Amino acid sequence: MANSDNKRRKFMATTLQSVGLTALGGLLWSGYSDEVKASPFVLRPPGALPEEDFLKACIKCGLCAEACENRESNKNKDGTKREGTLIIAKGGDHKLIGTPFFIPTQVPCYMCDDIPCVPVCPSGALDMSALLNEKEELDINKARMGLAVVHKESCIAFWGIQCDACYRACPIQGEAITIEHQKNERTGKHAFLLPIVHSDVCTGCGLCEKACVTEKPAIFVLPIEHSTGKAGDHYVKGWDKKDQERVKNAKEIHTKDERSAQEATDYLNIGVDFE
Amino acid sequence: MKNIKYLLLRRVTQFTLLFLYFGANAYGWHILEGTFGSSKLFGFIPLADPYTTIQVLASGFILGADVLIGALLITLFYMIIGGRAFCSWVCPINLVTDLANWLRRKLNLDQKEVNYRFIKRKARYWIMVLGIIVSAVIGVAAFELLSPITIMQRGIIFGFGAGISLIVAIFLFDLFGVKNGWCGHLCPLGAMYSLMGKNSIIKVSHNHENCTNCMKCKVICPENHVLQMVNKKSTLVTDGECTNCGRCIDVCDNNALEFSIKKYIKK
Repeated sequence: MANSDNKRRKFMATTLQSVGLTALGGLLWSGYSDEVKASPFVLRPPGALPEEDFLKACIKCGLCAEACENRESNKNKDGTKREGTLIIAKGGDHKLIGTPFFIPTQVPCYMCDDIPCVPVCPSGALDMSALLNEKEELDINKARMGLAVVHKESCIAFWGIQCDACYRACPIQGEAITIEHQKNERTGKHAFLLPIVHSDVCTGCGLCEKACVTEKPAIFVLPIEHSTGKAGDHYVKGWDKKDQERVKNAKEIHTKDERSAQEATDYLNIGVDFE
Repeated sequence: MKNIKYLLLRRVTQFTLLFLYFGANAYGWHILEGTFGSSKLFGFIPLADPYTTIQVLASGFILGADVLIGALLITLFYMIIGGRAFCSWVCPINLVTDLANWLRRKLNLDQKEVNYRFIKRKARYWIMVLGIIVSAVIGVAAFELLSPITIMQRGIIFGFGAGISLIVAIFLFDLFGVKNGWCGHLCPLGAMYSLMGKNSIIKVSHNHENCTNCMKCKVICPENHVLQMVNKKSTLVTDGECTNCGRCIDVCDNNALEFSIKKYIKK
């Protein structure tokens, strides 16, 4: 009797210990995982799912980077291979380990027509359907890897110096970046040639960032969620018929509270001393 | 030559596979591309690691067909044929932990007073389950974030970076910490393959008649509890934790151990 009691106690103690240690491990592991997956300023290959889904889906096989590096177009004139665009994150890169990304100032995305990196993805983290045009063909112009942003204080074109390096480097020239002419009041006889990025066309390839002549690029690509703002649903464009559709069925709302008893002009002036 | 036959075969297999993976990136070969997480054989046969696949599914993403078919092919291969052979014939970490083990023996670190066993061999199964739970909670394949296996493999293909420190850590842990600490106690992939490969047809068989009870096999075996039948009865090593590495066969001077194809028909 005493013996079986002892056995049961031992069993319960070891079970408790195992469960406890597992819980401890789970907490540490979860904390670590949550920390390492937070690497917001990272540019992903074309067709990548939104970051949160991408991190789930990417199986870290590296096939995209291998396809990028070994594509036909990635050769020097003497036939030797160049460095590919896509990098597989390793320890020390401070990105989720094993996932692909690129750094435009090192090697930007050259926007290959056949997009070799995407069809090889086995898991669906790089989504082909996001890159199909109306004719159901792969179209690299559909890619939204990021969005270029101009820092006008360091862009020498905004100083009045003539530079259109980004404009000329852009693969969708004249659409993703246009040049806006403005009078240079300082000299009185010259024009500013200002680069303007259009977010509906820019793919975030980074060729402009690579081409930029300033010490630290004045035009640079950020992931779209970090380079765009959001006005919010409560702004409705009164001049835009399509936007007006959103409020077609809106009902008038009357808010009744203690202030409603008076006219707005009255309660706004309460306590104001007009001399 | 006899006593390193399977060791040599294994090393050749491991290095060949790693070189093929390396060549896929470095030279554009289409023989074996990708990594163990998911690869392509001959440019069209998908292969995928079952444990990775389960983690991704647990994180809440419905994977593409390529990965699912790949995971199925790998599962069937080890379930029916290979057993836990991935661990000793394919995995690059095996090179590291085998080196640690060899040094352990040379440095006499295997004596009882040095050989701490503060981790149980069952820990890996808990870690395996935990990895799936954490994947589901965090929404990202959890073991893949710190798997030394793919970190080492990607290191060989794409460059190590700071990832090398993890490989060194495992080496030190196995050398000065727990004997067979990583592969035999902690690795959830090993746990997965142990469960999967339990009933595979390739098994080590023991011939009790030839055994002289020299215990060389038990000294060299990384999972020596699987050899509990040695010098007791002639039977197969049926424990799924046997990695089919064949070291016991190599070191046996009396032909008491041999690979055998499990005879299903006779049963």
